[in-house]
Amino acid sequence: MISQILFAIALGVAIYFFGRAISKIRRNILLGKDLIFTGTPKDRMVTMLKVAFGQTKMSARPIPAVLHFIVYAGFLIINIEVLEIIIDGLFGTHRVFAFLGPVYNFLIGSFEILAFLVFVACVIFLIRRNTLKIKRFFGREMTAWPKSDANYILIIELLLMGAFLKMNAADYLLQGMGADHYVKAGSYPISSWLVAPLMSGLSEGALIMIERGAWWFHILGILAFLNYLPYSKHFHIVMAFPNTYFSNLKSKGALTNMASVKKEVELMMDPNADPYAVPAPDANAEPQRFGAKDVQDLNWKQLMNAYTCTECGRCTDECPANKTGKLLSPRSIMMDTRDRLEEVGKNIDANKGVFVDDGKGLVHDYISKEELWACTTCNACTEACPINIDPLSIIIDLRRYLVLEESAAPQELNMMSTNIENNGAPWQFSQSDRLKWATED
Amino acid sequence: MSVNVKTIAEMKAQGESPEILFWVGCAGSFDDRAKKITKAFAQLLDKAEVKYAVLGTEESCTGDPAKRAGNEFLFQMQAFSNIQVLNMYDVKKIVTTCPHCFNTLKNEYPELGGKYEVLHHSQFLQQILEDGRLTIEGGSFKGKKITFHDPCYLGRGNGIYEAPRALIEKLDSEMVELKRSRANGLCCGAGGAQMFKEAEPGAKEINIERTEEALEVQPDIIAAACPFCNTMMTDGVKHFEKESKVKVYDLAELVAKAADLK
Repeated sequence: MISQILFAIALGVAIYFFGRAISKIRRNILLGKDLIFTGTPKDRMVTMLKVAFGQTKMSARPIPAVLHFIVYAGFLIINIEVLEIIIDGLFGTHRVFAFLGPVYNFLIGSFEILAFLVFVACVIFLIRRNTLKIKRFFGREMTAWPKSDANYILIIELLLMGAFLKMNAADYLLQGMGADHYVKAGSYPISSWLVAPLMSGLSEGALIMIERGAWWFHILGILAFLNYLPYSKHFHIVMAFPNTYFSNLKSKGALTNMASVKKEVELMMDPNADPYAVPAPDANAEPQRFGAKDVQDLNWKQLMNAYTCTECGRCTDECPANKTGKLLSPRSIMMDTRDRLEEVGKNIDANKGVFVDDGKGLVHDYISKEELWACTTCNACTEACPINIDPLSIIIDLRRYLVLEESAAPQELNMMSTNIENNGAPWQFSQSDRLKWATED
Repeated sequence: MSVNVKTIAEMKAQGESPEILFWVGCAGSFDDRAKKITKAFAQLLDKAEVKYAVLGTEESCTGDPAKRAGNEFLFQMQAFSNIQVLNMYDVKKIVTTCPHCFNTLKNEYPELGGKYEVLHHSQFLQQILEDGRLTIEGGSFKGKKITFHDPCYLGRGNGIYEAPRALIEKLDSEMVELKRSRANGLCCGAGGAQMFKEAEPGAKEINIERTEEALEVQPDIIAAACPFCNTMMTDGVKHFEKESKVKVYDLAELVAKAADLK
């Protein structure tokens, strides 16, 4: 009974803190501006099923794709076991789904095989990440925390899978002894030969200690891991789904047309536009900003992207600017956006729900001009992202701010703009010469 | 060699309408290398007896480089006046030899009131070849190795990978794919207004990286489908002093050669 109460408390605390962290992230994401989506819910659902659920974009790199799929499938399927553990924990039962008989045997058997495969995949991942010199794991933004974060995730998974197999092995041996409470149920294709022999000769009491210990370690580990997610890059296991649902379904080449600019241009250019039809500016309204200086100027989809990024670095690996040694790294754009958004969120928490200007911004303080001006807008990053994150749209919005608010474009681009304004071409040629090509030799 | 081109104003004055408006673009109008592409495409249109017109002096930059450089005001002002001109002439179908103009006209103008059917010249050439309006021999390319560099705004930007390849296939040559091609194609380094500025500090120029990769497959010809890619790849080939062995041509120039126009 005491253990049931303890379990209920642990579960309640874990869910409470997870819920609190999620609601903060939700609040932070909604600091972004609203945006209009194209495409029907059906198109969006199909994209989500393909890209997130089906992991179609992972296949570009087959080895990590296979390993990742194992861990992903393990995560999804072993959750059924977690459900059983929770019911057992709350009601003091043991293997409550055992009544399913052969189905249960099949389920436990497949969980064991998956757990073993996940264990192996995580070991390979750790080796890849730490000993093979895979370039994308060593970018300039891969500082101490992102590197540790990645290793923590893998080690936690190893521990959880290890505990799961250990628990099963002890259970298997206890079932064999006919111990009280330990109903004969499940099949143990991995733990019975891989783990159980290590426990041979132990007394029933010792085995129960191991079984209970591993059981508690496993479930408390899962609950702790759940609460680690919102602070980790591993949060992608949750965010991948909404993020791909809200994917950009237009051609990648299309950039948004700024509605605020459209209004101004119409007033300026259209002789039929009535300037007096514009409502008088609200004196209390915040002055409108063109482009994005800070995270609040981005839209919520871009902010959702930031929380979705799992820092795999495929974008940076494919980026032509990064490949040729420039400072720009699309992954860093996403990580900086998340870091700044977290900072803004903490500022709001500390100031009773209102953001107090801290004199900082996403541009300059987090993302430099040098990074922004290195982008060729080639869309290699958006193509490479396995969960449809769009660093390019953030780069463009920050460029817009630099140009429209700070007039801080590189000198050559100012000249280009002047040429377009004066002669309708980015070079200094007269518009009246546009047809010369036809008559020249 | 001069080409006899009609402006849409002239055509409309005669009470006629073109089948297509050929959007020449700034590079196509002013850049010496790109002007050859413009001419080659115009000659092909003539040969296929396509009734086409250009805007001539009424054409102006689509605003693509301004938009990508963050200057949305300038982009929308360009778009506004271009759309007024295009709508005034009741333009229905546009073909352009520049993937940047193509992308902007196709994807960014509709929301601002400019709704047209927009094709890249590789698509249009493929159509008229398949319809039999244009015929080519392709003999002059026999035994030549041609590789194709996907322009970002044609490939990844708009998913057009097949039309350029279909044209090269018709040339009766040997097509070799680059290591990074189609959706994985590597940028030439000119997009996003980079064409008009020095690259940021780095270890290497992007066009050198891309040309290196193209030279690896030992082509006789690097086929481009964008005037900016063409410049970048031509410069890259010169950098490696391979210009006597490896030529950079636009698809229109290749088709024009095969059609015995040059």
